[in-house]
Amino acid sequence: MRLLIAFAMVLALAGLAYLAGRGRANRLVLAGGNRIGAVHSRPVYHGAYMAVLALAPALLLLAGWAIVGENVIEGQVVATMPAASQPAPGNDRVALMNEVRGLVTGDLPQAFNPLAPVLAPRYAAIKNNLDLLAGALAVALLCLGGLWGYSRIRPDFRARNRVEAQVRVLLLVASVVAIITTFGIVLSLIFESIRFFRMVSPVEFLTGLAWSPQTALRADQVGSTGAFGAVPLFWGTIFIGAIIAMAVAIPLGLMSAIYLTQYAQPSLRKWMKPVLELLAGVPTVVYGFFAALTVAPLVRQLAVMLGMVDASADSALAAGLVMGVMIIPFVSSMADDALTAVPRAMRDGSLAMGATMSETVKKVMVPAALPGIIGGVLLAVSRAIGETMIVVMAAGLAANLTANPFASVTTVTTQIVALLTGDQEFDSAKTLSAFALGLVLFMMTLVLNIYALAVVKRYREAYE
Amino acid sequence: MNPNSAPNPAMGHNNVPKMTARDVNVFYGQKQAIRNVSIDVTSDNVTAFIGPSGCGKSTFLRCLNRMNDTVDGARVEGRIELDAQDIYAPAMDVVQLRARVGMVFQKPNPFPKSIYENVAYGPRIHGLAQAKADMDNIVESALRRAGLWEEVKDRLGESGTAMSGGQQQRLCIARAIAVDPEVILMDEPCSALDPIATARIEELIDELRGRYAIVIVTHNMQQAARVSQKTAFFHLGTLVEYDDTSAIFTNPRETRTKDYITGRYG
Amino acid sequence: MTALQPSRLLSERLPTDWESPAMRARIAARYRAERNFRRLGAAALVIAASFLAFLLFTIVRDGWSGFLRSEARVVVTFTPATLGLDPAAVAGPQGKVLLARADYLALMNEAALTLGPASGTLSDAAWLELRERLVADPALLGKTVPVWVPVRSTIDLLAKGKFDLAAPADSRGVSDREVAAWRWLEREGRLRTNFNMAFLRNADSTEPELAGIGGAALGSLLTLVITIGVAFPLGVFSAVWLEEFAPKGRLADIIELSINNLAAVPSIIFGLLGLAFFLNFAGMPRSAPLVGGITLALMIMPVIVIAARVAIKAVPPSIRDAALGIGASPIQVVFQHVLPLALPGIMTGTIIGVARALGETAPLLLIGMRAFVTDVPQGFTSPATVLPMQVFLWSDDVQRGFVEKTSAAILVLLVILIAMNSLAIYLRNRFERRW
Repeated sequence: MRLLIAFAMVLALAGLAYLAGRGRANRLVLAGGNRIGAVHSRPVYHGAYMAVLALAPALLLLAGWAIVGENVIEGQVVATMPAASQPAPGNDRVALMNEVRGLVTGDLPQAFNPLAPVLAPRYAAIKNNLDLLAGALAVALLCLGGLWGYSRIRPDFRARNRVEAQVRVLLLVASVVAIITTFGIVLSLIFESIRFFRMVSPVEFLTGLAWSPQTALRADQVGSTGAFGAVPLFWGTIFIGAIIAMAVAIPLGLMSAIYLTQYAQPSLRKWMKPVLELLAGVPTVVYGFFAALTVAPLVRQLAVMLGMVDASADSALAAGLVMGVMIIPFVSSMADDALTAVPRAMRDGSLAMGATMSETVKKVMVPAALPGIIGGVLLAVSRAIGETMIVVMAAGLAANLTANPFASVTTVTTQIVALLTGDQEFDSAKTLSAFALGLVLFMMTLVLNIYALAVVKRYREAYE
Repeated sequence: MNPNSAPNPAMGHNNVPKMTARDVNVFYGQKQAIRNVSIDVTSDNVTAFIGPSGCGKSTFLRCLNRMNDTVDGARVEGRIELDAQDIYAPAMDVVQLRARVGMVFQKPNPFPKSIYENVAYGPRIHGLAQAKADMDNIVESALRRAGLWEEVKDRLGESGTAMSGGQQQRLCIARAIAVDPEVILMDEPCSALDPIATARIEELIDELRGRYAIVIVTHNMQQAARVSQKTAFFHLGTLVEYDDTSAIFTNPRETRTKDYITGRYG
Repeated sequence: MTALQPSRLLSERLPTDWESPAMRARIAARYRAERNFRRLGAAALVIAASFLAFLLFTIVRDGWSGFLRSEARVVVTFTPATLGLDPAAVAGPQGKVLLARADYLALMNEAALTLGPASGTLSDAAWLELRERLVADPALLGKTVPVWVPVRSTIDLLAKGKFDLAAPADSRGVSDREVAAWRWLEREGRLRTNFNMAFLRNADSTEPELAGIGGAALGSLLTLVITIGVAFPLGVFSAVWLEEFAPKGRLADIIELSINNLAAVPSIIFGLLGLAFFLNFAGMPRSAPLVGGITLALMIMPVIVIAARVAIKAVPPSIRDAALGIGASPIQVVFQHVLPLALPGIMTGTIIGVARALGETAPLLLIGMRAFVTDVPQGFTSPATVLPMQVFLWSDDVQRGFVEKTSAAILVLLVILIAMNSLAIYLRNRFERRW
């Protein structure tokens, strides 16, 4: 809250700086007789230049403080304690500091840790001092920057060029956010995965056939340290996302695309395309609900009819079917793009030979569009294996290694959600394994995407 | 259709028109592209359609094997006959019609398949060969007639799209010939080719004359004069003049034809 | 292939006899195959469409009743003594405060007894209606009036016909006593169905008849404000830099590669990033719209960048040349000419991206926005939940009354999303300019 006020104050001061700069430049323009070129840049640029000089350092300081401030304060608070009673960094310290913060804000009426009430006033005081210090520093920086900017306003000062250079830097910084995000993902996944692999060997993780991350109650139980063989998860992911879902989505999506591009009246096509786009926008949680509430019981009934008495309520088939339906619009639009990219001359050439439309489609169009279609299918697979809500809601948690579509299997994304929600233990192999699973998922989709995009790109270029 | 009435292309030299068109109008949606065109095409001649771009000559050509059916919103009125049979009659089978009236397009459009498969495509879909040997014969003879055999006989398995533009266009002609059509329509077949390849195609058209009725659309008047015996001049969707090529180029009756030929517009 | 004499070959080949029986049969078979293929295509489209129609049908079937609630008529005497009120004090300056604080629960329990066999059918929050009535009209104090109050979820579902009463008592999910109470209410004409304002206004609750999507909707709104505020400028600026200023080279390639890959990274990975970086490393608050908004912003930024780049690319170079030609700087060209012309395309991409963020659940699960929040969120850093998350939470609830709530919440979410996507499609068709 205090930080918010500080931000607002800094912004208001920057606004003042802008007005001051513009005012001074305006006077210069008048002094110069209002001629074009008497003052190089228009007054707004002088104002903007000054405001940027004032704002940028102060904002950077405040943003930095917002990120690291809490850690600094914690360190100071802990340092006030005798070395012996200091809590070890990690869980204890985090828990203690949470209680302290709770006491200070009043969210927590009573602390469990006896240290917390002692530290609370110290925390409040230190936080108060340091926040004030940060605020004062920010204002000082702001004034310095502003004054320096003010002093540089002269008729021949190229304020516009300076401001534009600053805008370019801003644009560049915005672009670099994408790289930072990518690195952030990779680093956070790798960092946590390394911690996991210190406890569980990567070989066991990647090749083990047993998955039961729950730590057992008694030491003599089987898998008392938890079993982290992720092969059943990989299998479940592929079984649901790449096999069952694609068995639904590829024929239906491809045939729909063929019908829409080759047979349908233009009016039908005009209506179906936006409808497909709308369907692609249905949230996955809706499909998940549909899968769990409507499709899963139907599939179970079917299994019982087929003689499987103990059929699972959360079968791979139910989740895979619904995921396939979800992917249909995606496959259809990728296939549509690929088919329309085939030059019309190719189609006409075949039709002019007396081939029927279906012969043309099967023997000329689809073979010619095949790379594009395959690329689209790979992208669809990548999307299906990363899909979370449908499997969380409709697939099971039992890590079975089975090819029976009526049995329950679990997937990578289901397990990530199961491991990271509910009661979390910090730094346990159980929690950290979610990041290792995330890393595998990230790598799988990355490879699929890069390969698929390359295939599609090469294909497009072939017909341009 | 009576098989006895189907003229043997080898016989040639008859004055019975192979295809006749009477009062043909073509519409694309609201726009009329062809107005009241009537024309006869005979077997033993190469007929050239000339005229400025947008005059409707390609549109009319595409009516002759009903390729306009594949264009959304296109509508054809009037009567077009092949061997005295209305090709727009409900009884007419489009598949069979297009097998009898082949087409070569402006831009070479070989399928992304091997050379052999490109030529074998038509006979295969129409079931013209019973055994592999038959198909080999058909492919070879079509490639020989298209003058391509010597160049490609050792690489029949290579992709048809990997050839030069002129070779691709001759492959497309071989592909059309392989179905043994009675008429071949050529829609500016040389416009995407260099002069040497163009000369080769023109020679080929001359060699094929007499065996097939050939209709060629071109905007190149020299080409029309070189390869055709009959020439039709189209302008703004109408057929202005249709006569022997020599007559059109030396002594046109219509001033519009004369203006076009002498380069006033076009 | 045997090399035969070409001339012999050519003369040997007879013209195709299209009228032979074999050829006729062949052509007929080809046309049959054509018709079958065409039917197959139409069937695929119909199957896909009917799957989705079935989905929509089940959700509307289960969900429409979620917007309604059953209310029972109770005759209430606003006895000051039961309420613990002094009529004289109520007339005084502190009257409003006293009225708001009175013991309506006791009054409600007293009034419920008049329902006889159905005395246990009223919702736990039924007393709120009494307070609302009395605060609105203090003159009711001491008087006896009929009041419509909400009933428990089970009675509500009975009234809506959601139970199969023919089934045996132990498997139908409702006790004989409840059925008897409901029958009594119906017979007495004390039951009516009314529009469920509470569903749109309230936050989550453990009681289905009190649970609403108001809290989640506000949570979604707060989250999306952050998402748009972060993703829109970042996305547009990135697109401008990549299209207009980026020098060809490694940096631009890496940025482009990053954006293309981020666009296809599974959403749950962004949840892991949010958990590891924003929560565990930067110590930002759990369950907060601030963190959720930033996480979703990173997720949809590539969508906006890609759409904006396409839109910027579509602005013809002649516009840039014209502006540069009269002495505008490149920055002025971009901000005064290119961006305004590209705006419809950018808006389309942004709306589609924001719609995706609105429907997204998985990454928010990991940063704790699944907390059970019974109050409307107070701000960007207080715990909140969002609409799709509310759907997920309710779908997990064992209470039968939540099924219709879940479907009703889905309906609300779908209506918003379809409106957003339609707007995007409309914008694209309306402003799509062909230069």
